[in-house]
Amino acid sequence: MRQLTYAQAIREAHSQLLASDPRVFVIGQGLWSPWYAGGSLEDLDRDYGRTRILDSPVSENAVTGMAVGAALEGMRPIVFHPRLDFLLLAMDPVINQAANWSYLFCGQGSVPVVIRAVINRGAEQGAQHSQALHSMFMHVPGLKTVMPATPADAKGLLLAAVDDPNPVLYIDDRWLYGLAGDVPEEAYRVPIGEAALRRIGSDVTIVGISWMAAQALEAAEVLAAEGIDAEIIDLRSLKPWDRSRVLESARKTGHVIVADPGWRTAGASAEIAATIAAEAFHDLEAPVERVTLPDTPAPTSRAEEQAYYPRPSAIVEAARRTLGCTRREIRGACA
Amino acid sequence: MSITSATLSKLSTGSVENGLAEGWLLDRWKTMLRIRRAEEVIADMVESGEARCPCHLSIGQEAIAAGVCAALDASDTIWGGHRSHGHYLAKGGSLEGLFAEVLGRTTGCAGGRGGSMHLSAIEHGVPGTVPIVAGTIPLAAGAALAYKMRSERRAAVAFFGDGALEEGSVHETLNLAALYRLPMVFVCENNLYASHLHWSERRLKDNLDQAGAFHSISGTRVDGNDVEGVYDAARLAVMRARTGAGPSFLECRTFRWRGHVGASSDEDVGVRRGGELADWLLRDPLARTEERLTIDLAHHRAAVDQEIRVALEAARTAPEPDPQRLGSFVCAS
Repeated sequence: MRQLTYAQAIREAHSQLLASDPRVFVIGQGLWSPWYAGGSLEDLDRDYGRTRILDSPVSENAVTGMAVGAALEGMRPIVFHPRLDFLLLAMDPVINQAANWSYLFCGQGSVPVVIRAVINRGAEQGAQHSQALHSMFMHVPGLKTVMPATPADAKGLLLAAVDDPNPVLYIDDRWLYGLAGDVPEEAYRVPIGEAALRRIGSDVTIVGISWMAAQALEAAEVLAAEGIDAEIIDLRSLKPWDRSRVLESARKTGHVIVADPGWRTAGASAEIAATIAAEAFHDLEAPVERVTLPDTPAPTSRAEEQAYYPRPSAIVEAARRTLGCTRREIRGACA
Repeated sequence: MSITSATLSKLSTGSVENGLAEGWLLDRWKTMLRIRRAEEVIADMVESGEARCPCHLSIGQEAIAAGVCAALDASDTIWGGHRSHGHYLAKGGSLEGLFAEVLGRTTGCAGGRGGSMHLSAIEHGVPGTVPIVAGTIPLAAGAALAYKMRSERRAAVAFFGDGALEEGSVHETLNLAALYRLPMVFVCENNLYASHLHWSERRLKDNLDQAGAFHSISGTRVDGNDVEGVYDAARLAVMRARTGAGPSFLECRTFRWRGHVGASSDEDVGVRRGGELADWLLRDPLARTEERLTIDLAHHRAAVDQEIRVALEAARTAPEPDPQRLGSFVCAS
């Protein structure tokens, strides 16, 4: 099959949407720049015109609010934030307005807006250009959140997000932009709320989110060499998330690691771990392990960055921990 | 610090002199009376405890909603805030839908989910009102962008109070509306107070009509208690929107007779402002309109009262929501 990078796949999704649906437009910062969005929007203004590709003033709040208003009036806007950090300036339109709207008015009117924001970790960008804030949005009823980890999902989830009648936060990660993979040429949708089984295994389940799903695949190779057979689930959608897929795997292996590219406290990993503990407690052999960022802002210097971002080795260590501490063995030792 | 009668007379332009028939003015008066009576009923229900949600009344400000909405077509949209009973009614929203919403009944205009601060009448161009100050102003701009992109001859109107101009998103939106030449009208209802704070406690200059100037939107100051003057200014602004001339900004000077929230009349969130109120009661937008009407209003008054009674009775007898519906409509399908 044809291969595209993650960034090219995002661009192709935009192009197919713009070509097929006159309701779709893109608004946000950096859209006319060849590099601002890492090639993921390159030349869309040339192909579809600057009245549909609106490189906006630096007004995150009002620009996002405009996208919400346009969505209420029948358009299918994609509002672009080149850093997820910048989206914090637009919390009112996203949470107070878009997420609540359907509920507040008993389904009269909906907000089919896609809010795209990029996690831009590393590269010494520091605490305000690199934050992975997805868990904050996962908390909010009425807002869907997707985080693709492969080129194919980057395309299919964007198409699905634009189709969805609800506000969808689409979070992509710059560290994935160069990743190449098979991407079908036609316009296809990846269902929101459905996880992907990336590797079948029997010893330990690794639930990966976004960049950490990619890290989990690398970790699985190391584990395989040690005779540990990991099952990898790429969550893809954070809200709604695929409980049944995760619980089924947890029940099968009895050992679970949640690998989340965000912070630990009250993060997505906490919600997933709590759900597994509540729903699959009797099938677990050990406590659920979490691999996350430490609870500190992102540092800037390379030396500190290297300590900050978990690598596949962190997942490998978590696997060794959980497999070295099974409930059966603990019980056996006590008996 | 109240504005003087001399200032107001300069602001008024007078539509009837501009050729409007008396029947037109009668319709505006009836709209204003409907708003006044509806809000008096709501005030009573707040005092008795029958209405429990926060209710922000616009009694005294009715001419702005009535005058602006008279300049709009059904397909134009209005976007309001926490004090939007009048906007909703003037644009065509039903009385029963309003009363039932305030009382949390299923027949309310938001299905009983929103209360006084969340009113909706999509078929009349009221997508939804929300109480986040300035919350709908960017949304109105987005609606206007949608109309422009589809080459529709529609306008979006954002109603907001003077306090909203203290929010940054308004200034962002003014620039965006000018930049994209959006078919939009900014209507600032300057009632001089944001909650309990007089404008002079919140800014140095009484110059809200110039809020758009920095963003290349010229502003017009209007006597907000003169329905004809408001209409004239709104008609011009809507015409500009429809002909591609871009957004306009109207500052409509007015005063709310009741407190920021609830039914109180002489005390506002702990601040007494009775002297100022007495001055403004003399400029009652309804009384001013009545002075200009020559026909007998008694039976029109009775007809509005009857509408109110019927709508209120229907709302009071409508069912409350079944708690089982709690999880419905979190997501649209």
